[in-house]
Amino acid sequence: MYPAPFKYHRASSVDQAIAMLGQIGECARVLAGGQSLLPMLKLRFDEPTDLVDIGRITGLDRIESNAAGATIGALATHRKILLSPLAQAIPIIADCAAGIADNQVRSRGTIGGSVASGDPSCDWPVLLHTLDATIRCHGRNGERTLDINGFVADLYQTVLQPGELVTGILFSVPGSGCGGAYCAFKRCAPAYPTVSVGVQLSLSGGAVKKARIALGSSAPTPIRAPAAEAELEGAAITAERIGRAADAAVAAASPYPDRRGSAAFKSQLVATLVRRAIGIAQRRANGETVKNSHEYY
Amino acid sequence: MSGKIAITVTVNGTTYEREVEPRLLLVQLLREELHLTGTHIGCDTTYCGACTILMDGEPVKSCTVLAVQADGCELRTVEGLEQNGELHPLQVAFSEHHGLQCGFCTPGMLMSAVHLLETNPHPGPAEIRKGIQGNLCRCTGYKNIFTAIAAASAKIQAGN
Repeated sequence: MYPAPFKYHRASSVDQAIAMLGQIGECARVLAGGQSLLPMLKLRFDEPTDLVDIGRITGLDRIESNAAGATIGALATHRKILLSPLAQAIPIIADCAAGIADNQVRSRGTIGGSVASGDPSCDWPVLLHTLDATIRCHGRNGERTLDINGFVADLYQTVLQPGELVTGILFSVPGSGCGGAYCAFKRCAPAYPTVSVGVQLSLSGGAVKKARIALGSSAPTPIRAPAAEAELEGAAITAERIGRAADAAVAAASPYPDRRGSAAFKSQLVATLVRRAIGIAQRRANGETVKNSHEYY
Repeated sequence: MSGKIAITVTVNGTTYEREVEPRLLLVQLLREELHLTGTHIGCDTTYCGACTILMDGEPVKSCTVLAVQADGCELRTVEGLEQNGELHPLQVAFSEHHGLQCGFCTPGMLMSAVHLLETNPHPGPAEIRKGIQGNLCRCTGYKNIFTAIAAASAKIQAGN
């Protein structure tokens, strides 16, 4: 399958990419690893007149971490993130990166693309909701930083302005007493998750100081489930509270039936994965090393 | 930059210069421009992995990479596995252990397995399965493929 014809532009800097996008207008698309964009073009779901290739911009794949927080460059591939010291330090990053699609897609696919595609099934945006991440963007009017919560505005739509680029992902590194888990349930490696759940807990003196619960493939956008978080916050974790959090997460979800499963099946998955992720997050917050990754059925 | 784009790629050690349409996929560059038809097109939707090749040492689905994105890259395809008339240990093992039936997925399976053994020479059973997670076999030959990769790993280990 050939994509429809387009003109190709290779940017060597963020400024050049922004200038190119500004000049071409709304018919341009940004090409990074191409693992979301190229399948869309081949199926002709999208027929842009021009592609601006940002894939060779030097330094945009850098992964940095210091006391102020972590920054992952938009061009960091899933594999590069998986093999980074950051993934060693934050288990939830490894949970997520290790199971995104398959080996081949992880060689090319980027975290920036995962966020900018606005796909509710993508793994990274769900995880980034649990870390209260912000998205660094560059456009004609300079740089701005946007909260991940609300960044995906609707199905395959982000709040990015025309000609604006995602250039980096920023978040605070969880400290001691914190633990997270990312649980995704998928049909097979190359498929998107049927449902995914991210949980991040901050424990203090046995009680949950802060909880984040985020859902993927469960609504037109990745979502937080604040009512589920509230069920856990301010008290010790009990089986009853976990059950109420799972119920609240199901209530927050609005999964649609498709070939991956019925709405009822997906709601059941939300409940199961929320319970499982809370359990793993709690153990990790207590200092335990727990292996976790995507599951296949 | 419009119209055809000049690119240079190195495939199995040979350098090629071509002018390509921007929409030309890497797998089509290999098959139709360079006549290296060992790399197969299967699903064409980033699922099956039949078109897997190594691009700068990493496995990619060449149906989901534009030829222009491979400009300047070092590519390895199934044609490059045989060296000086000697089959690669993985090719020998696939033959000895019946690691293929129709053979359509085999070039991609081999290239994923090459990457696996080059990055992890002694993979455990779970690591072998994970190593070929992005490659589908419709003859359901996974068991023999698994056995072949394990045998090749052991043979390479013994040879060193």
